[in-house]
Amino acid sequence: MLVIKDLYAKVEGKDILKGINLTVNAGEVHAIMGPNGSGKSTLANVLAGHTNFEVTHGTATFNGKDIFEMSADVRAKEGLFLSFQYPVEIPGVSMVNFLKTAVNEHRKYRNQKELSAGDFLKLMREKKEMVQIDSQLTNRSVNEGFSGGEKKKNEIFQMAMLEPTLAILDETDSGLDIDALRIVSNGVNMLKNKNNATILVTHYQRLLDYIVPDFVHVLYEGRIVKSAGKELAIELEEKGYDWIKKEVEA
Amino acid sequence: MAELLEKISAVDRISNIFVANQTMVGEGLPAWVNQARTPALQAFQKMGIPSFRTENYKYSDLTRLFENENFRRSFKPDLFDVDLAEVFSCDVPEFDTHLILVANGWYDEKSTNSELFPKGVIIKSLRKAMLENADLVEAYYGKLAKSNEDPLTAINTIFAQDGVFIYIPDNVQISKPLQIINILRSEDDLFVTQRNMIIAGKNSQAKIMLCDHTLTSQQFINSNITEVKIGEDAVVDIYSIQNQHNKTASFSGIYVSQDKGSTLSTNAMTLHGGIIRNNLKISLDGEHASANISGLALSDKNQHVDNYTSIEHLKPNCVSNQLYKNILDDSSTGAFTGRIHVSPYATKTAAYQRNNNVLLTDAAKMNTKPQLVIDNDDVKCSHGATVGRINDEALFYLQARGINEKEARLMLMFAFAHEVLAEVKIDKLRDVIDQLVNKRLRGEVSRCHSCALDCIR
Ligand SMILES: Nc1ncnc2c1ncn2[C@@H]1O[C@H](COP(=O)(O)OP(=O)(O)OP(=O)(O)O)[C@@H](O)[C@H]1O
Ligand SMILES: [Mg+2]
Repeated sequence: MLVIKDLYAKVEGKDILKGINLTVNAGEVHAIMGPNGSGKSTLANVLAGHTNFEVTHGTATFNGKDIFEMSADVRAKEGLFLSFQYPVEIPGVSMVNFLKTAVNEHRKYRNQKELSAGDFLKLMREKKEMVQIDSQLTNRSVNEGFSGGEKKKNEIFQMAMLEPTLAILDETDSGLDIDALRIVSNGVNMLKNKNNATILVTHYQRLLDYIVPDFVHVLYEGRIVKSAGKELAIELEEKGYDWIKKEVEA
Repeated sequence: MAELLEKISAVDRISNIFVANQTMVGEGLPAWVNQARTPALQAFQKMGIPSFRTENYKYSDLTRLFENENFRRSFKPDLFDVDLAEVFSCDVPEFDTHLILVANGWYDEKSTNSELFPKGVIIKSLRKAMLENADLVEAYYGKLAKSNEDPLTAINTIFAQDGVFIYIPDNVQISKPLQIINILRSEDDLFVTQRNMIIAGKNSQAKIMLCDHTLTSQQFINSNITEVKIGEDAVVDIYSIQNQHNKTASFSGIYVSQDKGSTLSTNAMTLHGGIIRNNLKISLDGEHASANISGLALSDKNQHVDNYTSIEHLKPNCVSNQLYKNILDDSSTGAFTGRIHVSPYATKTAAYQRNNNVLLTDAAKMNTKPQLVIDNDDVKCSHGATVGRINDEALFYLQARGINEKEARLMLMFAFAHEVLAEVKIDKLRDVIDQLVNKRLRGEVSRCHSCALDCIR
């Protein structure tokens, strides 16, 4: 589904990604861990199409198509979803109008008819229940005045509305309380099937108890320096990153 | 060899036009109206054409405009072959207004059905009111809009002949909005002068809309001044929609005096127009009066939109609230100057002002300047101005959800504009303006020749 080969990217003249290789197949869950500033969000943003980042080398294909040939909105409509580490507040754009536009843009792209107002509200109600997001939030402007945890919940709500084939969740667990973490994880698990895939960027093993990864990767200084099964996360939780840094430097 | 003629200055030329046409201009009007012209002329000659050097006109130099014009003056009403009311018949059934038509500055009796106006209310041509309701008009004429304080007011007073007069007696509340449609229509370039007066009695209520339009593509200079007296506890809303083509220079001045406990709301929506200068001066002359004023200007190409507001807090416990926004595209330019004066007597004043602007290109320019003069310690004042761009992170967020860049930009611009639209209290009008703004941002309201309300059909 996603094949990244020897990817280099920089921001403001500084090299951040320095040769990423990663393959994600349908039905898989990948976890990406790594110290602060190692480039995890950069990778997520590069894949989603943020123009701040310049790809200087390498390739990435999504379902066989060159991802860098597509604008951000086309990538989304092709089925790629990024749950932002820091979702931005957009005063004046109502959640309903935003989601309706997004859902219908997806549908138009697939040559489906736009949803009627009634059908849209029905869909929204259904998905709201799934991630147990408060109606008060969906009646407001996008993320405006939302708490940190509410913003993360809202990301998963949008994911539920758009049903992507590849979801990249950038630290969606940070800032969620214990109940919210469980609800959000349940939501992600419910949306999982054999045709889609998930990349979890996280610092905590706890999330991986709920959403069990098939692979765990460690990103360090712009490279994936270690990949293993879910047991790697447990090891990292116990020992931190020092031993990995030593391995790399050796 | 060609003979070089010395070019006559714009001030001299305008003075000469007045002197040459003085009889025609003053014909049929009472002496006190005509007597106001001479001091206005002297004030104008002293102040000159507004330029960068003129106080309060720093951002709008009108020298070139006035030096290059030699437009016909609308000293007499132009005769139209069509019924203007017909041209403007509104097809929005839920949006029902009392229609008042003004063509080239002249109140159009023929197209205005006065029989439908609410009982007791006086709505007529200002010219007629100067004769028939002299006591009402004379009390405020030239007293709120002072010729010696502003060159554009002076020019208006020199040439004023007609416009709209509205009088709402004490305790009369009109629920249906009064809609004044100002039409410019001419086969040659035209200089139009219009003068209006609105008097709202004690405890009265009215909503007034001003819609400015051009029907032909000639060049126009439009000077339009409205003096407004708002009585005790009266509630007045004034909404304006400026939608004239870009070869029009439009100078509007609204001069208000508010009595005790009265409430004024204004909203100025600028969609199209070449050079626009809006003066809004409010004098809070009684305790517990409040003024909520707002404006939104969407400009592109070479448009220039300059909003100048001046709030005089003269009595205690008054509130003023200002929100102005501009979205500037191409090489359009904008200005906002917000003057707030709190007098030593105006204790417990609350005065707030905000001006937010978005530049869509590098060539667009915005000047914004608060002018706070506060001669009292017991006040709450705040002001803030921003000039920014579309938020890239918000844009990416929308795009990352599948919304294409163009649509995402529009959503963000509309969101920015919407805060001002929310100030419009007539639901149906707000919806109409919402749609107009949406269309304007999409570039679909181009040179609109008809009523703004017809545009949405
Ligand atoms: N827009 C930017 N301008 C300048 N530097 C940037 C920008 N975005 C990211 N960086 C830098 O790139 C590096 C990688 O950042 P990134 O956000 O990818 O790290 P991360 O692995 O997600 O960290 P964290 O775990 O703290 O979220 C950091 O040093 C960061 O400061
Ligand atoms: Mg990060």
